Amino acid sequence: MKTKWAASPYLVWMVIFIVVPILLVCYYSLTVPAETGREFSLANFHRFLEPVYMKVLFRSVKLAVIATAICFVVGYPLAYILARSNFQYKNILVMLLVVPMWMNFLLRTYAWLTILERNGILNALLTWLGLPRVNILYTESAVVLGMVYNFLPFMVLPIFSVLSKIDHSIIEAAEDLGANSLTVFRRIIFPLSLPGVISGITMVFMPAVTTFVISRLLGGGQFTLIGNLIEQQFLYVGDWGFGSAISLVMMILIMLSMAVMSRFAGEERGLGLW
Amino acid sequence: MVRFFKKCYVSIIFAFLYAPILVLTLYSFNDSRSRGNWGGFTLRWYSELFQNRQILSSLYNTVMIAVLSAVIATVIGTAAAIGLHALQGYKRKVVMNLTYIPVINPDIVTGISLMLLFVFSNLKLGFLTMLLAHITFNIPYVILSVLPKLKQLDSNLYEAALDLGATPWYAFRHVILPEIMPGVVTGLLLAFTLSIDDFVISFFTTGSGVANLSITVYSMARLGINPTINAVSTLMFLSVLILLIVVNLRTNKDNPKRGRVNEKQAYNRSRRFSTARSRIHEHAR
Repeated sequence: MKTKWAASPYLVWMVIFIVVPILLVCYYSLTVPAETGREFSLANFHRFLEPVYMKVLFRSVKLAVIATAICFVVGYPLAYILARSNFQYKNILVMLLVVPMWMNFLLRTYAWLTILERNGILNALLTWLGLPRVNILYTESAVVLGMVYNFLPFMVLPIFSVLSKIDHSIIEAAEDLGANSLTVFRRIIFPLSLPGVISGITMVFMPAVTTFVISRLLGGGQFTLIGNLIEQQFLYVGDWGFGSAISLVMMILIMLSMAVMSRFAGEERGLGLW
Repeated sequence: MVRFFKKCYVSIIFAFLYAPILVLTLYSFNDSRSRGNWGGFTLRWYSELFQNRQILSSLYNTVMIAVLSAVIATVIGTAAAIGLHALQGYKRKVVMNLTYIPVINPDIVTGISLMLLFVFSNLKLGFLTMLLAHITFNIPYVILSVLPKLKQLDSNLYEAALDLGATPWYAFRHVILPEIMPGVVTGLLLAFTLSIDDFVISFFTTGSGVANLSITVYSMARLGINPTINAVSTLMFLSVLILLIVVNLRTNKDNPKRGRVNEKQAYNRSRRFSTARSRIHEHAR
């Protein structure tokens, strides 16, 4: 088929809107304002190494790791139950897992504000039960809660899809050979579900580490994460060079970890995403 | 006993997932500004919503941009997929890898890089720049939904049509397009929902007072809790829900007519998974 030309509008579009913007990010990150225009400098990257910013990076990674761990611990059993037991409405349950994601994630995060407020529903419920009130809104716990809430389905769905594809005869074979259910899980089911676990971890960790909305709404702006730092540099401080440098570092880190993860998960097509 | 625990576990997680949505819906009918108490049933927030110019104009922007960007991205993306399908070797590899960039890049990086481009090229940030940004992040998803369909296509079909005297355009419309249509429709829907849902990229590529619903909600939420937002979110959730149910029913109704039961099932399943996948991707980017 001589249809290569059909891609040409896209190629032009791609160069203008994908390649050039990335080059601009590189350009701004590698230059600082000078008397005439901008001049080459590594100052932006150097500045990122300052303790203040390293602390922000550390906090972002810490919160994202905690959220990913909780998602895994809570999500794996759920995926396992959905995939391996014979619930009557299994397919509907899987659909129901996806439905909340149809709602704008900003609105879902905003909803937690209503629940966690000082005079919100959670405290009304706790008072009614005679329990002490909690004030977790605008704390790190609220930020982690928001991350877990938003990204939990991303952990459950890939694990579910891998688990439901496992050939049942393998499990039967293991049982016939005398393995008890714990051994079957440890030696067969869990190793076979690893690709799903890895894509689940990727899909939770990546958005969690780069978010700036959850930390702003549920953390009340007290917890600057790496995403908030970028937002500040571009919208409030106006230091595009520094903002670009942080973005570039983040982009490279994410591309690298994606590449490693997809190699690890043994998926070939694309970056293991599709 | 084990079954009972399993049921409990599943119920608790689903309660956790649905609690916020339920709360929002409930409080959109609450005749009281404070959260802790119930002041009776009211439709006040809904009527206030339809008098709110800011919300109405952002609703208009959201829908306009979603429709325009989905349609344009589908046209460019489908053409691109056909062209890419014919491309071989390292050229294809380079283009495919570049295509993946907006898919895997964090939204915030895509957003600021496009913002740099628009500012650099002296484009005034507003409706146009937001539209261009949405088309840009939609095209890869269209390409990625159409390419698998092209792979399944027998390339001899096109040649045969040409041999029988069809012009390339006629052969495309009557031979290729019907075969890849499911992928094109999936791409279009994907693009539409991604665009409706986007906040981060829009946030960085808009300006001069042009906002979509997400941006409006964000700025309202930062000022404090406003019951009108509950009404907006309830309506948005309901409309997306209805849209998706209608789409699903339509595909269920359309296919049996053609009597291709197995294909229908496969198609529905892939559609459903691609919706799930799309959500995953949107956040994995």
